[in-house]
Amino acid sequence: MKVPLSRIAHTRSGDKGDLSNIGVIARAEKHYAVLVREVTAERVKAHFGELVKGRVERFELPNLGALNFLLHEALDGGGTISLRTDAQGKTHGAALLAMEIEIEEGEL
Amino acid sequence: MIRIANGQGFWGDWLEAPVRLVEQGPLDYLMLDYLAEVTMSILQKQKAADPALGYARDFPPLVARIAKLLRERHVRVLANAGGVNPIACAKEVRRLAPALKVAVVLGDDILDSLDSLLAAGHEMRNMDTGEPLSTIREEIQSANAYLGAFPIAEALATGADVVITGRCTDSALAVAPMIHEFGWKEADYNLLAAGTIAGHVIECGAQSTGGNSQVDWQTIPDMANIGFPIIEVEPDGTFTVTKHHGTGGRVTAAVVKEQLLYEIGDPRQYTMADCFADFTTIRLTDEGHDRVGFSGIRGGPRPPTLKVSISYHYGWKAVGTLVFTWPQALEKAQAADRIVRTHLDQLGLQFERIHTEYFGVNACLGAAAPPVGDPAEVELRIGVRGADRKAADRFTRELIPLVLNGPPGATGYGEGRPKVREIVAYWPALIPRETIRTRVEVVE
Repeated sequence: MKVPLSRIAHTRSGDKGDLSNIGVIARAEKHYAVLVREVTAERVKAHFGELVKGRVERFELPNLGALNFLLHEALDGGGTISLRTDAQGKTHGAALLAMEIEIEEGEL
Repeated sequence: MIRIANGQGFWGDWLEAPVRLVEQGPLDYLMLDYLAEVTMSILQKQKAADPALGYARDFPPLVARIAKLLRERHVRVLANAGGVNPIACAKEVRRLAPALKVAVVLGDDILDSLDSLLAAGHEMRNMDTGEPLSTIREEIQSANAYLGAFPIAEALATGADVVITGRCTDSALAVAPMIHEFGWKEADYNLLAAGTIAGHVIECGAQSTGGNSQVDWQTIPDMANIGFPIIEVEPDGTFTVTKHHGTGGRVTAAVVKEQLLYEIGDPRQYTMADCFADFTTIRLTDEGHDRVGFSGIRGGPRPPTLKVSISYHYGWKAVGTLVFTWPQALEKAQAADRIVRTHLDQLGLQFERIHTEYFGVNACLGAAAPPVGDPAEVELRIGVRGADRKAADRFTRELIPLVLNGPPGATGYGEGRPKVREIVAYWPALIPRETIRTRVEVVE
């Protein structure tokens, strides 16, 4: 079945120049495998559409049950250059929680 | 074991936090972070206007306010409040709190030696774009190396109650007391990596104690009295993150994980001035009662370079808003945006970028925003940036006329036309560490 990512994960996001990073953290240990399977760099890139001009990288932290995403060219130049309300990508983490993932009943 | 707390995550953070940290429980060291990436350019301008300025002006009165308690409770303060004028900052602290011994760390400010560095072949290419620094030489407003923890530990060795630095890595302010107390050496990179991660956890203040924490945020207790973070560090580099008993907020593994991942890149190569840290080696233990334990941290040796932060004049920008209401609020805002863009085009104004957001629809979340139907109100927000200040100024006159000349029901223009602001941008670069010479001074 399909559920929003918020069912099994929480996030925090921030900036480094024109990059935003999103930490995605499994709510329970068993959810980490679902994150690895469902929350791919390609799907994150597609979820943000126009907002993210560059590539998306993914890093795995199995010890924390977490993934880290780097979204390149995601902040209209970033820092003081950006004209966006959210020039620091503070809301990108929450935005990702709306992404739909495929999950088995037993994995919830 | 030593206790290190952070009472300011940035310049502008809660003024009461450092006072409460000293008042409400045991502490050995209090660190305070004042310097965001482009703060230095503002401070350089202040120093140019008055040679006695150029530091974080909130800091000396804060120290004066807690000076008596610092002495009574043997708490020492470390702050990067010195900005581009640490000695002036130290003198002001001494003037307001004469009982305290103050030391400063110098050597990060390389603005005056940029030309000789460039002439010696250090290109200081932008780490993001690869461009050499020479392309913006005339526009530079500040240039500072991020110092590591060792010179700050040297300042603690003078016996100072207050150590003031200019630019250093945020976590260095936390690692310096560990070096000073435990005798860690430059080659002890696993210990330095543990200290660096400890510093990273607390460097954004209450973000590790329940502030800006997404997980179960509605149930976080007493956020009005949120406790700022404390690390209890052992000589072997293991540490516990906690907060003072009886304060608001929450310290759990879930909350701390959010901060661990905040503003990091490759978690295996978190590189600071004194080492790199591997976040995939962290072993976390939620001990309950607002205590989270860290162990197992490994890292690697320090890089041959130091990071340099340079600020420079980039151009000008202006952002203006108008509010449209139901019905068809979004359509009205979109029509107004088309009119503004047509006018800018007819005037022949050149901008590097014109950016439009529809507040209440998709301003922050873009394509990821949930659908809103026919919203009650939408704020049209248009921003421009470019090299020409006059063009930006002309833009600021194009929004308010639409109250009479555009789609119906525009309001929210009470603040008048928007202001044109200078864009001071950030240029990250690397420089061989041997080009940076630090020194410590005790300010009498």
